[in-house]
Amino acid sequence: MPAMNKSKDYGGDLIKTKRGAKTPMKTLGRLLRYTFMRNKFATICVIIFVCIASVANVTAASRVSVITTELIDHQMNADMDLIMSNIIMMCCIYAAGAISSFAYNLIMMYIAQGTLRKMRDDMFATMQTLPLQYFDTHTHGDLMSLYTNDVDTMRQLLTQTIPQLISSVLTLLAVLAFMLTYSITLLLVACVVLVGIVFATKIIGGRSAKYYLANQKALGALNGYVEEMTEGQKVIKVFCHEPKAREGFKEVNDKLNEAGSKANAYAFLMGPVNNNLGYLQYVLVALVGVIIIVFSGEAGLLSIYCSVMEADATNRLALMAGMLVSYLMYTRQFNMPVQQVSQQFSAIIMALAGAERIFEMIDTTPEDEGGDITLTHGEMAEGVWAWKKPNGDGTFEYIPLKGDIRFNDVVFGYTPEKVILKHISLYAKPGQKIAFVGATGAGKTTITNLINRFYDIQSGAITYDGINIRDIKKSDLRRSLGIVLQDTHLFTGTVMDNIRYGRLDATDEECVNAAKLANADSFITHLPEGYQTMIKGDGANLSQGQRQLLAIARAMVSQCPVLILDEATSSIDTRTEKLIEQGMDKLMEGRTVFVIAHRLSTVRNSQAIMVLEQGEIIERGNHEQLIAQKGKYYQLYTGAFELE
Amino acid sequence: MIKKLLKSVREYKTASIIVPVLMAVEAIMEIVIPFLMTFIVGELQAVAEDKTGTREVDINVIIVSAVLMIVCAVIALISGAAGAKLAAKASSGFAHNLREDMYNNLQTFSFANIDNYSTASLITRITTDVTNVQNAYQMAIRMLVRAPILFIASIIMTIVIEPIMALIFGGAAIALGVVVAFCMVKVVPYFRTMFRKYDSLNAVLQENLTAIRVVKSYVREDREILKMKKATGDVYTYSVKAERILTIMMPSVMLVMFIVNIIILTMGSNMYVGNIAGGIQPSELQTLIQYSAQILSGVMMVAMCLNFIALSRGSAERIVQVLEETTTLPKSKEQIKEVKDGSIDFENVEFCYSQKADVAVLKDIDVHIKSGETIGIIGATGSGKSSLVSLIPRLYDPSKGTVKVGGIDVKKYNLDALRNTVAMVLQKNVLFSGTIAENLRWGDETATDEQVREAAVQACADEFIQNLPGKYNYDLGQGGVNVSGGQKQRLCIARALLKHPKVIIFDDSTSAVDTKTDAIIRENLRKYAPETTKIIIAQRVASVQDADRIIVLDEGRINGIGTHEELLANNEIYKDVYESQMKGGEE
Repeated sequence: MPAMNKSKDYGGDLIKTKRGAKTPMKTLGRLLRYTFMRNKFATICVIIFVCIASVANVTAASRVSVITTELIDHQMNADMDLIMSNIIMMCCIYAAGAISSFAYNLIMMYIAQGTLRKMRDDMFATMQTLPLQYFDTHTHGDLMSLYTNDVDTMRQLLTQTIPQLISSVLTLLAVLAFMLTYSITLLLVACVVLVGIVFATKIIGGRSAKYYLANQKALGALNGYVEEMTEGQKVIKVFCHEPKAREGFKEVNDKLNEAGSKANAYAFLMGPVNNNLGYLQYVLVALVGVIIIVFSGEAGLLSIYCSVMEADATNRLALMAGMLVSYLMYTRQFNMPVQQVSQQFSAIIMALAGAERIFEMIDTTPEDEGGDITLTHGEMAEGVWAWKKPNGDGTFEYIPLKGDIRFNDVVFGYTPEKVILKHISLYAKPGQKIAFVGATGAGKTTITNLINRFYDIQSGAITYDGINIRDIKKSDLRRSLGIVLQDTHLFTGTVMDNIRYGRLDATDEECVNAAKLANADSFITHLPEGYQTMIKGDGANLSQGQRQLLAIARAMVSQCPVLILDEATSSIDTRTEKLIEQGMDKLMEGRTVFVIAHRLSTVRNSQAIMVLEQGEIIERGNHEQLIAQKGKYYQLYTGAFELE
Repeated sequence: MIKKLLKSVREYKTASIIVPVLMAVEAIMEIVIPFLMTFIVGELQAVAEDKTGTREVDINVIIVSAVLMIVCAVIALISGAAGAKLAAKASSGFAHNLREDMYNNLQTFSFANIDNYSTASLITRITTDVTNVQNAYQMAIRMLVRAPILFIASIIMTIVIEPIMALIFGGAAIALGVVVAFCMVKVVPYFRTMFRKYDSLNAVLQENLTAIRVVKSYVREDREILKMKKATGDVYTYSVKAERILTIMMPSVMLVMFIVNIIILTMGSNMYVGNIAGGIQPSELQTLIQYSAQILSGVMMVAMCLNFIALSRGSAERIVQVLEETTTLPKSKEQIKEVKDGSIDFENVEFCYSQKADVAVLKDIDVHIKSGETIGIIGATGSGKSSLVSLIPRLYDPSKGTVKVGGIDVKKYNLDALRNTVAMVLQKNVLFSGTIAENLRWGDETATDEQVREAAVQACADEFIQNLPGKYNYDLGQGGVNVSGGQKQRLCIARALLKHPKVIIFDDSTSAVDTKTDAIIRENLRKYAPETTKIIIAQRVASVQDADRIIVLDEGRINGIGTHEELLANNEIYKDVYESQMKGGEE
């Protein structure tokens, strides 16, 4: 059995995590590319509509000042036509603004939801290619959390923050341009504070990002805890283990609270800090401006425009004051987008924390696909399975699939330090039934895990019809092997669907036949809806034995040339086992079969029986030979020795 | 519903109340600061408009305003920062308490309650749904006070300037309210469905993860990907349906305020030119427009909050559902803590899993088991064996009749006391991440290493444990993936033995254990726990044939009771089973 180390410590050292703020910009860039590169046209539309909406806002304001100026200048004699035409213009601008705003919100929503969906699909597709080791080392709940909690962090960023960000940046640039042309001196003053804002953002944001990542990790850990414990909830009840379960939950929950509280505290801090730095900026600009006006009187210092117009010396003071007023107005406008971005800041860093975890998963090295020899059916000759081996020059060589499997001096361990199989050599000729017996931990299941390349061997070679299995495309290798695993797993769907899992193009009739052979037909027909009964929650409504019968039927349908039965009948009562024996014999007919069983009756008629002990084959031969040998097998058979 | 949720605020109540206060202070400062700005601007404007060029800037006005502004900004900063910290603390804490309350209530669920919820659904509820509520709560305490203050301040200013204009604002507010209410009502059902789709998504994932070996063996990755695509597609469909409605909200808010602006301008200029009523000044007109912008931003903020609240409503319902789920096993008044002995009586028991199901799983069960007796139960798959024994530790209540342990109706016991006396090794048994010793101590936390080992020896688990690296400290992995089926069963038995129960039930718990070991375990039970009533469900006749009595179950009814010999003589089913197994010549 795999010696794996699934993190039992759900909390871990979450808070101390040093990652997080490491490459936020890279992650953000990747996220944005991911979101927008697929939707180039829509993205351009969003940008255009955001621009229209922002421009509409600004121009509408300018109309207001036109109207009020007209009213002030001409008092009661104001030109009503001019005013009305301006108002109508405003209506149009407003309408355009509102429509654009609706348009970009809608488009952005579609982009966002589409991205979340794509992201989940991509993650899942990637996950399917990951090696078993990955699943051995992550709790189910933690992985599930990626799809829900981590993906969700991006919702706000994509739907609200990004349009907001675009419009803010646009406004910011426009205002900055105005400020630049107005007065360099005051811009410098403004920039001093701007640097402060950037600096504050960096510090606070960095902290927040770190804790957000911790938060998402803690959430994943909590998800993992709930998943595992809830799966075993009935055991918890039977053992009155509720207080312990609560205690464990409290621990992960507290960790989550700590990380979440800190992450949010820093994120929320961003708003007030940047807001008030904005006010400080205003004050500084005003003070510096006034000081220049009062003490220096040098207009050029304030603005280049003033120095140009210096000819009119009498009005210099008024001019400078007017200049400062409009400059202050811009300063305020400058602060507005900064504030808005600050308010959305938490959404950004939260999304980054989620994205980082997601990308980490997507970036995990997938299982290699194996060699380039593929499995064909009917290509070489009608109804014949064959390996198709490319010769490298465009031609192919067909090797008929026979089911000849050989282990040549195989050494394997799940971790390099701990060798499980020591120099195993064995062969299974086509159509033979090979059985493995031996105590738990002897390496029986491990051997079968190597044939289908769930794990790769450290040294030696495994050949399949004379081909090294490393040269066979992995999916085709597995397709040629029918496996009934020790732990039966069923899928949500009808009973029929579950049987058909073995071969997707099997007809209903074939499935029913397989069920009959597996002796599952009788209990299936007793189910409320027969073959159309829904199986839920891994077949929780079926007994272990029934589940195994279905798994056997599934393997029967698959028609694989090679079968691996790993304790396939352990939960089936002997009476039923007898009943399915005929079916099993039929199933095994003409096939190479590897059987692992603790019931010696199941393995007795095998061509070869291997007795394994601590990763070594200590005895081999058929039943009679082994009995005659009076070794371990004999002891096992006669019950002199315990076998698990 | 909200009330039920808010109960979980508990120790964060103070923080939750202080946050809005701090936010109000911040908001007020935000109104005061622009007011101070007008002094600076006013002074400068006066100089600029002075045509004579003799007016000097009064530096005192500037400095006083500037200092006041800084003071206000500092106050705003302090209250803002404190508010941020407290809001984070309150909302995270609230979420923490919610999760804790949900999980704690989950622990009171009976088996029937557990059957109602899939693991996937419970996970979404405890994480995703709580996060949604947390966000809404956080928004609510931070924004819902702040925004109205800005709003009210602006309205007051408007009234001072021109009461009629205030009426327009009022009308606009009502219009907005209608739009927002409409959106909320429309959107909630979609979100509700969306969350159900989330559950399905989680279920597909969980299934894929647990069965990954099967998926890989049968090379069915593509099929799984299709399944997932369906699940994510469903989530997408309903999210889009819901969010589409919400996208109307923002532009509508803008539109309403734009209309208000137009009305103000049209009316204002007409009133001014035509000199109607009090007459509004052009500069006031500009101020009004500015207030309208401020109100707009206030309303937008509220709308954004409502966006979150709309999303969280569906979540809140789902959370409350878990919080309000009460156990189907009502607590008795008696709460008897002491179970006298291991005798068990079934009196005319009938049982079905749900009230709706018309098929009774068990019918007319009337059996009396003496303390210390060993009872075997045999019967075809689906004959009701597991259901029968699950009534003993009161995992379910019978639909009719009574079940007694130690001569007293199981309903009268304190549940913990009963279950600590009745140990059950479930058919679908689960080990947890952690070491072997940790898992075994589930039976008795205070057990010494010696006692743990003793139980393991009795369950024939010690021998293989000794061969594992780290022995009792060997890590089992999630679900005990690091040991084989037979080893798992023996560990589960040891775990149950450690409870030193008065009744022990083996629900097909030795199916993956070889006959020899099975026999040793039974022998050990006889030797070390003679007083304990032993109930053994088995597929193998060999596992039960030495029992004092054997019950043969058939389609929920007792087909026969008796010793091995008796049954062999006069029970068809039993004979059949026995012969099939003997003919097999197993061992």
